[in-house]
Parts: sequence; structure tokens; C-alpha cells
Amino acid sequence: MGKLARKVAIIGAGMCKFGRNFPLKRNPDMWVDAWIDAVNRVDNGIEPKDIDACYVGNYSSDLFNHQGHLGPQMANLVGLTPKPAARFEGACASSGVAFRQGILAIASGVHDIVAISGVECMTEVSTTLVTDTLATASDNLFEYPAGATFPGLYAAAASAHFHKYGTTHDDLKRIAIKNHENGKENPYAQMQQSLKEIMASKIKKFESQGRDIPDWKDEMDFLGSSSNPMIASPLRLFDCSLVTDGAACVFLAAEDVAKKYTDTPIWITGSGQGSAALSLHDRGEITGFIAAREAARQAYEMSGLGPKDIQIAEVHDCFTIAELIALEDLGFYEKGKAAEAIKNGETKRDGIRPINTSGGLKSKGHPVGATGAAMAVETFKQMRGIAERNRQVKFDVEKALTHNLGGSGATCVVTIYEK
Amino acid sequence: MPEEKEITVQNYLDYINNKKLMGSKCKKCGTFDVPPRKLCIKCNSTDMEWVEMSGKGKIAAFSCIGVGTSFMVNKGYSMKKPYCFSVIELNEGPMISGQLVGVDETKPDDIKINTPVQVTFLETELQGGEIRVDLGFEPV
Ligand SMILES: [Zn+2]
Repeated sequence: MGKLARKVAIIGAGMCKFGRNFPLKRNPDMWVDAWIDAVNRVDNGIEPKDIDACYVGNYSSDLFNHQGHLGPQMANLVGLTPKPAARFEGACASSGVAFRQGILAIASGVHDIVAISGVECMTEVSTTLVTDTLATASDNLFEYPAGATFPGLYAAAASAHFHKYGTTHDDLKRIAIKNHENGKENPYAQMQQSLKEIMASKIKKFESQGRDIPDWKDEMDFLGSSSNPMIASPLRLFDCSLVTDGAACVFLAAEDVAKKYTDTPIWITGSGQGSAALSLHDRGEITGFIAAREAARQAYEMSGLGPKDIQIAEVHDCFTIAELIALEDLGFYEKGKAAEAIKNGETKRDGIRPINTSGGLKSKGHPVGATGAAMAVETFKQMRGIAERNRQVKFDVEKALTHNLGGSGATCVVTIYEK
Repeated sequence: MPEEKEITVQNYLDYINNKKLMGSKCKKCGTFDVPPRKLCIKCNSTDMEWVEMSGKGKIAAFSCIGVGTSFMVNKGYSMKKPYCFSVIELNEGPMISGQLVGVDETKPDDIKINTPVQVTFLETELQGGEIRVDLGFEPV
């Protein structure tokens, strides 16, 4: 594993408000909002003339919006043309891949500053079309005819994990509760509500409709009730991330120039990327993701750090089970041991290693192509100590990690950040 | 009898259409693959042959899906009538995806991993009357 030939830092990062933004905001609108938000977080300011290239992560604008070729389309919005601009695709890891390519382009010496971003507008099409489009990140020839959906594949992984390690749906409920607690504190999140608040608003709705008031004892009870319908057993509605429109943007700079823009750059000290067979069935292993373990291995080796050194992480919780498996794939916990740690509160905001302080994909939202970049935005904020409302962790974050998984685990990008 | 057909996706799908589950066997290291491979990723050999699979295996993973793909929705599946997506480990070693039938999809807790299954071929009538055949499995 080689080192980066020169150091790379984040000098600014931002995002647009995630949510069901279409048609009020389409891809170009959201992308510019994210750009402006990121520019505003570059301490000494930055202008398009300072930037050498524009890398855009996007999964499927072709199917969602009937639009391809987003690289130059976005670059032109802020006057970056005629500089190099390109779109990168790796399913839900699309902007993670763009981010890594930005790092490599700078480390190579070719570029000094790269704007990496991600954008996705998913709500322009019907739910069935969203399901079908997301399913194209799995194998269209051999999984689709069997009825594989995106939730269905993670649900199948959950069934195997439950069987092998005794994991239960209660373990998954705790992940949803935690991530909603965090998302409540994120003004950029799609669902800024704790599960208690969601339950209260449901009860209000039931009352106004004159229906029987449910007597849920607590969040766990609600999450096991018929008000949380089964999408793909054992995963219910609140185990799934959201269908979201959004964009995020990060400015990466070489060591040589970073100090011009800020006195406190966030250094990228580890970057790894892994791959696996597109089909879940073709990997021999269903309870973990080899692409994630490989990406983590590379990132740890490059940074010289190990799982124990990581203080906070944003992990790819497209489904609650995915967060649990990520904690094991990243080596934070032994295989089959993450559930117990979650139960003990270790991954909460006040736990020993907070996970998904942003609210995660579950509550912040999951505009698939923008998700990897948005993870870097949250990490930047937590390391700078500027996370909004009440979600800033109570200790100084010097070492952090992001884990961005594509499809049902066929692409993964892991990044390690240090102050 | 060894088959002379080239190992391609279309030939594999044609076999399924003719209700045969075929895979490849590496003549060098003996590895089975379903769907078949033209190049063995265990030993890098291209000396591969078609073999018919026993069609027997066990459930490795599954999910009863209420929000389905358009293909399944068009077949009449819904939240009220889920279908079961499964990953099956074949006796020959490879895993493959297929719809699991012959189970109560509304009671996923009753479906057990490692349950022995056998292949079945599921027919769907497409618009225009053409019959499409897909891989399915059912408990033995
Ligand atoms: Zn071989």
C-alpha cells in the first residue's frame, strides 16, 4: 500500500438541505446551494479560478432525471468550465469514489485544488421507479428476476446475520432510534425528528381522524408494531433510509496551498477502495462485505492507524443492518459483537465512539450520489467543532473515519481524517 | 454429455428458458460456477465445460418483500401479498438467487435458513403471450 505522494486536506465543505426538494430544487439548484455552503466554510475564501478540476458523484441521473453528463453541467453553474469536469459512478458510493479520485489527482501533483461533490434528485419519479432504479445497482441479469430489491438484499443479509450471530430486530431498532436522535439536531437533515416526536405526531394524526389511539409503550414497541410496516422481512419502514434529493460539496487542496485558505485544514491520511461481485449470491459470504473490509484495510494501512484510534465515524446506514455490519467490517467490533455495543450505548452521541452524528442516511437522508460527500461534510464539522445545534460531540475530534458503501456492498470507499 | 455451446449469458438464460439449470465446471481445478464463467477466477483457466446442476441446495438467506420490483408488482405481488427473494447455496457449492415458492410469505419467521430446497422453473406470461421462465426454488 503506497502513501499519498503529497498530503491532501479538506479546506471547506458544505451541503444543501436534504429532503424532498423536487421540483422546488432540481440537480443544478441543489448543487449550487451545496457549492455556496462549502465556499462559506473556507476561512479565507475561495474562487472558481483557484480550482483545477470538478468531480461530481452521481448514481443515476439518467434514470431519475433523464440527464447524463453531469460533470460539465455542474461545473458551468459556477464558472469552472473549461476546466476538467467529470461524473463518477459507484452506486451509493458515487461521491465517495469522486472524493477518492480528487485525493489521488492532488497527490499525483497534477492538480492543486479539486472540488468534489455529489448530487442526486430521486423524487422526480414514482416509488416503483425508484425501487427499480436502485435495483440496477444489483445484478440486473441474475438478481432482478428473483425479485431482488435494494432493501431486499440487505434484508437477506440481515436474515443470515440473525441466523449466524443471534442478532435480532431489537438490535436494529436501536440504530434507528439513535440516528433519528442525531438527525433531530441537524438543520440540513431530511427528518429532523426523534422517534418519540414521530410517534407523537402519529398519535395526533390518529386523534384528528377519530381512530383508536395506539398504546405504544416506547419507541421499541412502536418500531415493532403494524405502524412500522414490513418492507422486506426482517426490515421495516424505519429500518430503511429515506428517498432524498440533495447535494454536497468538498474542496480538497494540496499541502502546498492549503494554508493559504485556512489555518486549520483537515488532513486526509488514509484512503481505501474495495470491490466485490455485484451479486450478493456471488460472494460466498452474506453476513459482511469484503469490499468494506478491503477499503478499511487500505485506509488503516495508509494512515498507520487502527480501528481503536478512530474517535467518530460516519458509516453507510442505508439500512439499519448496514450500520451494524459496517461496525464489524471496520473492525470497531468483532464479528457478531456490534449489537451488544450498540445496546450499551457505545455508538450514541455521548458514547465512546459516536456513529453517524449527522443522523446518517436514516434521518439526514440518502440522495445516493451525494451521500459520500455529505459524510465528509459532517466529519469536517465535527473535527472543526462547528456541528450545529446540540450534536457536536463533547470531546476534541482528532481522528475520524467515513465508510461509503455502494449497491449491496460491491463498492466501498473508506477515508481517514486527522487534524 | 459435454455441451459444445459457448459459455455466454444468453446461452445460460436459454437453458433456464428450457428449464435446465446449467453451470460451468473448471476442468483444471474442478470449481463449479452458476451462472457459468468463461474464465475460472480460482485458477485463471479458460478450460471450462457446461454441467447440469442437481438443482438441490439449501436456503442461505431470504427476505419476504412487500415493496417489490416492477416485474414482481406486475405479477401481482404487493404489501399484502409479499414474495420471497432467496439466496440458495447449491449442493455443488455456488450460491444463486431465486424466488422461493411453496412457503408462506406472510410468515417469514416460519422460513428457516438451511432448509433443503430444489429448483423449480417459474413461468410468467408476458404481454403478447410470450412465456418467460425464471429460476425458482421450493422446499423439498
Ligand atoms: Zn479453475
